Amino acid sequence: MLKFIKGHMAGLDNVELYPLIAMLLFISIFLGWTIYALRSNKAHINHMSELPLEDQPKQ
Amino acid sequence: MQLEKFYYDNKIVRDFALASIFWGVIGMLVGVIIALQLYIPELSFNTPWLTYGRIRPLHTNAVIFAFVGNAIFAGVYYSLQRLLKARMFSDGLSKFNFWGWQAIIVAAAITLPLGYTSSKEYAELEWPIDIAIAVVWVAFGWNMFGTILKRRERHLYVAIWFYIATFVTVAVLHIFNNIELPVHMLKSYSVYAGVQDALVQWWYGHNAVAFFLTTPVLGLMYYFIPKIANRPVYSYRLSIIHFWALIFIYIWAGPHHLLYTALPDWAQSLGTVFSVMLIAPSWGGMINGLLTLRGAWDKVREDVILKFFVVAVTAYGMSTFEGPMLSLKNVNAIAHYTDWIPAHVHIGTLGWNGFLIFGMFYWLIPRIFRTELYSMKMANTHFWIGTLGILFWALPMYWAGFTQSLMWKEFNADGTLVYGNFLETVTQIVPMYITRSIGGTLYLVGMIMLIINIWKTVKRGNLLANEEAEAAALTKTYKSHGGEHWHRPLERKPVTFMILTIVVILIGGVIEIVPTIMIKSNIPTIEDVKPYTALELEGRDLYIKEGCNSCHSQMIRPFRSETERYGEYSKAGEFVYDHPFLWGSKRTGPDLHREGGKYPHSWHYFHMYDPRTMSPGSLMPRYPWLLKNPLNTAHTKAKLKVMQKLGVPYTDYYVDNSLDYLNKQAEGIAAELNLDPNIDVTADKEIIALIAYLQRLGTDIKGNNTVDLGPEEDLTMLNQ
Repeated sequence: MLKFIKGHMAGLDNVELYPLIAMLLFISIFLGWTIYALRSNKAHINHMSELPLEDQPKQ
Repeated sequence: MQLEKFYYDNKIVRDFALASIFWGVIGMLVGVIIALQLYIPELSFNTPWLTYGRIRPLHTNAVIFAFVGNAIFAGVYYSLQRLLKARMFSDGLSKFNFWGWQAIIVAAAITLPLGYTSSKEYAELEWPIDIAIAVVWVAFGWNMFGTILKRRERHLYVAIWFYIATFVTVAVLHIFNNIELPVHMLKSYSVYAGVQDALVQWWYGHNAVAFFLTTPVLGLMYYFIPKIANRPVYSYRLSIIHFWALIFIYIWAGPHHLLYTALPDWAQSLGTVFSVMLIAPSWGGMINGLLTLRGAWDKVREDVILKFFVVAVTAYGMSTFEGPMLSLKNVNAIAHYTDWIPAHVHIGTLGWNGFLIFGMFYWLIPRIFRTELYSMKMANTHFWIGTLGILFWALPMYWAGFTQSLMWKEFNADGTLVYGNFLETVTQIVPMYITRSIGGTLYLVGMIMLIINIWKTVKRGNLLANEEAEAAALTKTYKSHGGEHWHRPLERKPVTFMILTIVVILIGGVIEIVPTIMIKSNIPTIEDVKPYTALELEGRDLYIKEGCNSCHSQMIRPFRSETERYGEYSKAGEFVYDHPFLWGSKRTGPDLHREGGKYPHSWHYFHMYDPRTMSPGSLMPRYPWLLKNPLNTAHTKAKLKVMQKLGVPYTDYYVDNSLDYLNKQAEGIAAELNLDPNIDVTADKEIIALIAYLQRLGTDIKGNNTVDLGPEEDLTMLNQ
């Protein structure tokens, strides 16, 4: 059963591109979130970090 | 704005919390029993379902999935409702989640001691239970997402991100690692073999630690520490980076469990690099947790609940520093297969998981029962006795690990091993095993104190089953304030968020696993390696049933200290018919990969009857029932057929006549055994199959392969 899957996968072209794509995705998502975290405004960050402290919302 | 009245469901929180405590004490008790068995082997009472190999998985499954699992559900159900200002989506799904999970635990507690196991660590349960786990897990996810969709707070707090990542990743890991073909209701074979099976297993195994014992607990940390200390988290920005970096990097680190094995080198290196990188996000999280208490350290001195949290987060920091260090190949060469690894694991489980859960329960249970904790003093004693327990558990095990590893590797001037007899390296560390069991007992005593304390608290309070709350409904259309950051909408869109999480974790898994499965050159085939005979396959299944792989590895690393002791190092091509792989992860006993032909059949016969007759001082349990029980061959043909489907080249002729071949081989072994005047055995006993398997181990590459798998020509035809 699995041998058929294996057979088809071995035929995939440009297998060597996979790790490159993965690395690029990794770096871009990581950088994206870092930039986001550093640039988001203080009011929002404060609102988010207060969330666990309010069982009842502010009126 | 119109406020809506609604009720938080506290009953489900109580149910999960009490279940966690109930299973926790059982899991820890089994832990103490197996710790004692390691120096008093008689404690297995010659009873199959009490032997170490069978109840060690019971201990690990009970503490991971029953104790920590139920506690996670309790914490998630408590915090999720409050963070989203909404009752859980469906009471029915909550109940299904609860009772389904308990039913699975009961099924595990019955099947594991009976020897129904897939042999894969932390995924031992057989396929019908695996399916039940998937169903209950989906119910949990459904309930969580339903709640998220009907929430009254627009933005998702970081704890919820951790919960979402947990749900998604555990689902993916569980499904991929448990793809197996059933033979019957309680027996199946992994579709992967050898190296591939090992890679998938440790991709799972490592991430079970990451996404079951870490991410949900980090979510709880991000909720409960600010809550209890009554101050916001130190840096919310850091928590965002922490989350993404952690889930992205964690998923790649699995191969560090397979350093110096037959896994392709590139995969090992990948595992090492990502493991070292893991220090950054892990410590980011630890620092964030601890610094939340900045300016409140006076409270830590007073408040026992905060003490539990501080030790938990510190233990998290220690084990996440140690983990990457253990992933360096030179450190791993010493630590792997020794007691250093259980020590590392227990800093995480006893310290990080256990203490965080204790702290959470001491805070949460009085709250939902509208009372004060029965005794702060008793909780304080629990804290100290538990802390001592952790130290008494871990320190001797570090010592044992170093001692044994150095003894394994010590050479005489003439190049021979100083401790050629493995047993010498075991008896040396028995004092450390004794100390460890004292540590475990202390921790268990602490747990019993928690039970008394919680019991008294519950008795004097009464449950607020439905806690009233009020919040404004979310408006359907959200108007951006304009000029907001482009990422902001993501925090409002849970579904997009979930998909992004799936993509992130799949990248690591796919890149690591797919090439090993699809590139043939990763596993060089060896002409001489042939499938197991029907009798050997049955013997192998007995090896799995008895959990021999709990204590014995089948993977000789390419070190002179190992080839000198065990023989030629293990090659990837030797395992191509091993569904599942049985490399093991710990050498409480010696490696068995080259066991074949090392001793006569009679040695194994006597050794299984009572290991101490052949190896005085051995810690192995006795297996007298193997000499008495007849081998069950009712499923032999079905097993071979499943193997055929998985690509193992048995001929139809061999499968059809397998019982004849099995009997013939068994007669041969029995006849040889009966030459010994002290042995009187018939060919139909389980021991015969086990001996057949043990004698086959690692012999194929020695070039004198005489395995009889039926007429040759069929084999060659199938191979093409």
